[in-house]
Amino acid sequence: MSSSIHDILPQLAAGAAHTHALGFVYDSVDGDRVRIRVPWREDLVGDPDSGVLSGGLVTTLLDHVGGLAVWVALGKFESIATLDLRVDYMRAARARCDLIAEARCYHLTRSVAFVRAWAFEDSPDDPVAAAQSAYMLSTFRRRGIGSNLAAGGEAAR
Amino acid sequence: MSDLLERLPYARFLGLITATDGQTLTVTMPFDDKLIGNPVLPALHGGSTAALLELTAVAQVAVLYPRLRLPRPINVTVAYLRSGRPMNVHARARISKAGRTVAHVLAEAWQDDETQPIAALTAHFLMAEDDPQL
Repeated sequence: MSSSIHDILPQLAAGAAHTHALGFVYDSVDGDRVRIRVPWREDLVGDPDSGVLSGGLVTTLLDHVGGLAVWVALGKFESIATLDLRVDYMRAARARCDLIAEARCYHLTRSVAFVRAWAFEDSPDDPVAAAQSAYMLSTFRRRGIGSNLAAGGEAAR
Repeated sequence: MSDLLERLPYARFLGLITATDGQTLTVTMPFDDKLIGNPVLPALHGGSTAALLELTAVAQVAVLYPRLRLPRPINVTVAYLRSGRPMNVHARARISKAGRTVAHVLAEAWQDDETQPIAALTAHFLMAEDDPQL
């Protein structure tokens, strides 16, 4: 099962219209750590005076690589949705440099995946930005609709 | 300063349009196929909505702090409240605390109904980067 998710990671990294337009490329997977890359491009710059990639782009990169880490942790593709995402900007990115993002899903519950991610030019030890995020899974529905709402969620019906 | 986003390449890539009402900015991200992140639903990529919120916050801070060359976020938190449908997104930001070194900003993004936001942002901005004392 896990080999099949690995086969489609390049497609998941760059296959949607937005990620394709941004030029995202799949880089690698190592255990539970996934890497994608965004090659530097003039139209993705956030500060025209410095040529540094936009913070908003970094956020998108970290959000997206986090999703890939969730699929790697699940060992399969399924519908997921980002619940929230916090990004700390540690330093300015280097001008005219590609950025790499690495993510790891460090905990899975039946309905939520918890992820940490980093963006950097060379090494995750020297990050441009770090993210902590949570993703809602859809799998729990297959274990019985509403099973996660047992503590009173049915009251809404 | 309301034309700030027109000078930023990534804001232009997203097609952002800024409207000004007094000191308050409303930024619109017109729908474009290249913003789609989930072709099945279809839904906007959450990252594009997050970037809209972040750039709206940058532009709003720039209006209130004209001495800053370009406001720089320390951190941002985005909560995704609803799926972004394939239509225009609007965003507005409010400075909840304007400190000497740090500003706190709240922003929301919505589509056809401002009372039903699709995403919310909380951010801190560094206000003192041009001050060698800090």
